[in-house]
Amino acid sequence: MSFITQIFTLAVFAVFVNNFVLSKFLGLCPYIGVSKKIDSAVGMGMAVIFVMTMASTFTWLIQEYLLIPYQLEYLQTIAFILTIASLVQLVEMVIQKTAPSLYKALGVFLPLITTNCAVLGVSILNIQENYNFLGAILNGLFSGLGFTLVLVLMAGLRERLEKSEVPEAMKGMPIAFVIAGCMALAFLGFSGLNF
Amino acid sequence: MNLRKEFTKGFVKENPVFIMALGLCPTLAVTSSVENAIGMGLAATFVLTCSNMIISLIKNLIPDKIRIPCFIIVIASFVTIVDLSMNAYKPEIHKSLGLFIPLIVVNCIILGRAEAFASKNKLLPSLLDGLGMGLGFTLALVLIGSIREILGAGLWLGMKVMPDAYIDSPMLVAILAPGAFIIMGLLMGLIKLVNKGK
Repeated sequence: MSFITQIFTLAVFAVFVNNFVLSKFLGLCPYIGVSKKIDSAVGMGMAVIFVMTMASTFTWLIQEYLLIPYQLEYLQTIAFILTIASLVQLVEMVIQKTAPSLYKALGVFLPLITTNCAVLGVSILNIQENYNFLGAILNGLFSGLGFTLVLVLMAGLRERLEKSEVPEAMKGMPIAFVIAGCMALAFLGFSGLNF
Repeated sequence: MNLRKEFTKGFVKENPVFIMALGLCPTLAVTSSVENAIGMGLAATFVLTCSNMIISLIKNLIPDKIRIPCFIIVIASFVTIVDLSMNAYKPEIHKSLGLFIPLIVVNCIILGRAEAFASKNKLLPSLLDGLGMGLGFTLALVLIGSIREILGAGLWLGMKVMPDAYIDSPMLVAILAPGAFIIMGLLMGLIKLVNKGK
């Protein structure tokens, strides 16, 4: 398989087939919590793509050059979550100084991302699936894209839902879950894809 | 302070999953069978109780500004303990829960209780709060797990509960990802309806 095909396969699998939200159940809190308006969904999505790519890069390097050489693999959970927390803090400070307008758009979402399980999830999955360095970065990037795709789709659906008649008890979160279920059903169709 | 209330509020009135909608990822991911649900619930209960205890003991030593990273380190340590001991004593459950054991670290219930309760209260109430919330979480997982396993496989904890004809062609979607979302949504709606009727 050529290099380009490999990247393409990785992308399709990460975005559609093994979508983080709909088939792996990662990152559900922001998926349900921040999907009420398209604007904020796009902002959150961008922030997640950014942090997931960065986190994949740094946690892979830490695993390869720090944890494995010193046989500290059992500290993986602690090391990764600390890396992610400090990374998010650093990103927040850098963006605040260099790009105030971007900070305004992403600012409120950045602290929330530390506890987004998609970020820690992708870091651990990269190690479990034995990706090489480039593979890990790309997997982080594409998984983030997949997350953003379904988040924005969901926000679009929920904006429409505002105007429709929903039974009183199903309003808000319950109906959001049922819609997510229908989306997951649609995405399940992608699992037949074969390369 | 009423200690019994601290313990029991997590079961129904402030149930972390159904009422507060916290810890959703493991709730949907591990409930394809009751056995996994119990394993996850107890693991989270252990981490929650221990981290609540430690945090309420050291709350005065932690500077306010870096309290969240400190909480996360305490939680991550207990998650590592659970991870390693589960791998040693219950390898099958450890394997089927897989990724979601290390992900207990970012379970918002645990950080939420640390921030909202344990960092403001004494040892005993924090312990009971953690235990109660953990058991409430377990209860919710087992409820969802039971519905999914019975509908999706015709089994409960591996025992046959439906006629053989049903087990041969069950409602497979309940075990797959879409079923998890739909059942969760319907359950939440039902609970809202019951609460409003009171």
